[in-house]
Amino acid sequence: MGFPILSLIIFLPLAAGLIILALPADRKLAIKGIALGAGVLSLVLAVIVYAGYDLAQGGYQFVERMPWLPALGISYYVGVNGMSVPLVLLGALVITAGVMISWRVEDRPREFFSFMMFLGASVQGVFCSLDLFMLFFFYELAVFPKYLMIAIWGSPKTRDYGSMKLTLYLFIGSVISLVGVLAMYFAAGQKTFDMLVLENAGFSMAFQQTWFLVVFGGFAVLGGIFPFHSWAPDGHVAAPTAISMLLAGVEMKVGAFAALRVAIMLLPEGARYWSLLILILGTINVVYGAFIALIQTDFKYVIGFSSVSHMGLVLIGFATLSREGLLGAGMQMFSHGIMTALFFAVVGMVYDRTHTRNIGELGGLFQKMPIAAIGFIVAGLVSMGMPGFSGFVAEFPIFMGAWRVLPLVAIIAILGVIITAGYILLVMRRVFFGKLPEAFEKSVTDITVMDKIVVGVLVLLMVVIGVFPSLMTTMIESGVNQILALVGGA
Amino acid sequence: MTGAFELSMIPAVLPEIMLILLAVLVLVLDLVYRDRENSALGWITAIGLLVAAGLGVAFSRPASEPVLLFGGMLRQDWLTFTFRLIFMVGAALTALVGTEKSGKHLGEYYLLLIISTLGMSLMASSANLIMLYLAIETTSIPLYILAGFKVTDQKSVEAGIKYLLFGAMTSAVMLYGFSLLWGFSGTTSLYELADALKAGSAPPVLMGGLALLVLVGFGFKVSAAPLHFWAPDVYEGAPTPVAGFLSTASKAAGFAVLARVLLAVFPDSLPFWTVVIAVLATVSMILGNVLALVQRNIKRLLAYSSIAQAGYILVGVAAGNELGVTGVVYYLASYLVTNLAAFGIVWLVGRQVGSDDLDAYAGLGKRNPAVALAMLLALLSLGGVPPLSGFFGKLLVFGAAVQAGQFWLAFVGVITSVIGLYYYLTVMKIMYRPGTDEQPLPMTPAWRTALLACVAGMIFLGVAFAPWYGWATAAAGSLF
Repeated sequence: MGFPILSLIIFLPLAAGLIILALPADRKLAIKGIALGAGVLSLVLAVIVYAGYDLAQGGYQFVERMPWLPALGISYYVGVNGMSVPLVLLGALVITAGVMISWRVEDRPREFFSFMMFLGASVQGVFCSLDLFMLFFFYELAVFPKYLMIAIWGSPKTRDYGSMKLTLYLFIGSVISLVGVLAMYFAAGQKTFDMLVLENAGFSMAFQQTWFLVVFGGFAVLGGIFPFHSWAPDGHVAAPTAISMLLAGVEMKVGAFAALRVAIMLLPEGARYWSLLILILGTINVVYGAFIALIQTDFKYVIGFSSVSHMGLVLIGFATLSREGLLGAGMQMFSHGIMTALFFAVVGMVYDRTHTRNIGELGGLFQKMPIAAIGFIVAGLVSMGMPGFSGFVAEFPIFMGAWRVLPLVAIIAILGVIITAGYILLVMRRVFFGKLPEAFEKSVTDITVMDKIVVGVLVLLMVVIGVFPSLMTTMIESGVNQILALVGGA
Repeated sequence: MTGAFELSMIPAVLPEIMLILLAVLVLVLDLVYRDRENSALGWITAIGLLVAAGLGVAFSRPASEPVLLFGGMLRQDWLTFTFRLIFMVGAALTALVGTEKSGKHLGEYYLLLIISTLGMSLMASSANLIMLYLAIETTSIPLYILAGFKVTDQKSVEAGIKYLLFGAMTSAVMLYGFSLLWGFSGTTSLYELADALKAGSAPPVLMGGLALLVLVGFGFKVSAAPLHFWAPDVYEGAPTPVAGFLSTASKAAGFAVLARVLLAVFPDSLPFWTVVIAVLATVSMILGNVLALVQRNIKRLLAYSSIAQAGYILVGVAAGNELGVTGVVYYLASYLVTNLAAFGIVWLVGRQVGSDDLDAYAGLGKRNPAVALAMLLALLSLGGVPPLSGFFGKLLVFGAAVQAGQFWLAFVGVITSVIGLYYYLTVMKIMYRPGTDEQPLPMTPAWRTALLACVAGMIFLGVAFAPWYGWATAAAGSLF
């Protein structure tokens, strides 16, 4: 066991959160400084993990293990593979971006940044877990920061409703999977929560078919699966900007990742049995989400529903259980993560300056905040799956995978992408081009330097991955190989 | 008869002896220093209780095999050991929470608290029907008085009388059950009853009926539905620390005897009573959680929540396996520190603001951020969210249900805990909303100490499972 880099990635935000909480409330700069420091440092560590992951060797690396409760076979057991490394990077990236975007938060910054750090620790803990109990522990750790951050700092009109809806939906999902997890634990009869052991537990066919739906369904609620997706737009819209970024950008991936890691990888026969259902639900996500996004008049709701639509592609990718599909799903998780974070960041920037999210009242903002507009446009292009951007690298393999399983799904899903292009271009034109309303002539200022850095870095990443996809595809492929070894197939 | 009196049995009851001495000490001190401000009494009580608990850990550790003492009246085993710790720590925290600088009858207050704790400790170790009944009454009678302790407050008196009437009623039914048990078997020893009943070939229906009669008494103690009606009124009216004590230590005592009697006396009708307990658990979880939703008074809300929590703990009993009882012991320890923290904060706010209404909590996040944070942690622990102890407790009892194949019970449990989360979150939200008054609430050092201990306990039990889990497993092992 070498340097405990994954533990640092998990516990650095946690420690930062605790330190911040212990500071006096008026030390605002120190609070923000610590949060930013923890974010940047964990980003650096995540990059080191990304660069240091040995592709030739594959499998789980940077493994650390410590007994936690040996009597029940619970251990603190972390390690990453090709599938989770990009997600760890995504988590660190979005947390840091979130801190920077929230630089101007003035309402109780101590609690705000501290809770945000806890949320960060929670997601990293899930991505790194190799122990089922630990995964669940960190998964649930996110409950209270999510709720409180929306309920306290959210937009006053909908925060009560949005925060409660989101929290209860997600809690219901997670506790239902908890029962499934317990059932797996006892059915395996090995007295361990070690997922690498459970992978080979040899669950019976009937068991897998019954419990897959419970486990997958529970986790997929957080992934935004239809018909349990409605928390997502309401919650995202009610949340403050940084939390929308984290929720849509990272938390939804946590759900998808857990569904993949626990349900699909540990109950592969169940996955095969139910794959058609997931495929259909995912397709509904894509098309339905896109259609609803098309008719929204609220800027933020458009993005909220676009997340539902894009997460559908991830689900389709999973459901194909094929090399292309899973590769695309992995890419899409990362690509959509940074894309939607950027979307929400820009929405936040626009709202902070115009105090409206009504698309009809906005216009011509390109003149006032060009960088933000460019960020939105690039994110839009990514979301349409334009070649040369990360979205294409993600979506294309998913369609290939879907085509091999069921061509009709691929066709319908591609239709969804066309609708996506429709609403993105529509919003882009109405908000950033056209005539600038007079009221905004004076009141609207350009975005801050912090904001520009965030936009710049995220845009750069989307382009770099689009142009040099192998930077990430090789990584994810090694993770896909591991999944395929479990579920079978090419 | 096994184990007639020997001098070597003294260490086994050392904590109990210590409690009696402490009670005398408190009484004498109170008489001698009647006129002075005696905030020291609370500290003395708390420290004395902790010393008793420490003596228990040091000298009353059970041997590897359970031993019957004093002519089979008491049983020294790990269940006794763990529950004694729960009661004494709970009583110590309660003594600290309610420490006033001056007040009438403080000496009596602490005396009753100590005697009641003594009764609980004996309840957990009783191995004989007569001893058990005496222990239950030793626990209950001081609690009746404590519930009605504020004699000038009509609500408190009402609480005391209500508690007394309900308690007497259920106690009578239970005693009737005990008498039938003795009548059919000719023995009062818990550990000989099962065989004697079998030898007397008591019909299964009769056994079931007896189990039901006995359950009435225990169900009252743990405030499981449908024997929960007293709880909201009593909690609302009783002095807040007493309500906290009732909902935690007293409930724990109920569970100790529940688990022991069911497993020792009715092992053969296990399939029957697991169903009964499962039904009680289901009703408690649903009723408690749903009724808590509409409460506007925090003490009533916590009362319904405690009914729901009793339901979760019953899930562990209903599993009827070792993991289940382990879960019960773990859950009760977790619930002790969690709920005492919550009631402690309710006491603080209630004393200062003069109201137990939920609206009194608005602005607490600004007034006392640390207190609000502690309340937040307590509510999250009640809701079963990691990294707090309530999560692991729930995991264990639901795990036991899954192990026993009672999937539906586990599902009811998790779904109702979502309802629970709803009202816990609502309270949380209110705390962080702007309030009318932004003056920080003053706290006594004793209160601070108690709260800190509770929070530390919640986090410790929620993160480092192994130490208490080890003892909880041993406790469960001593019943099977």
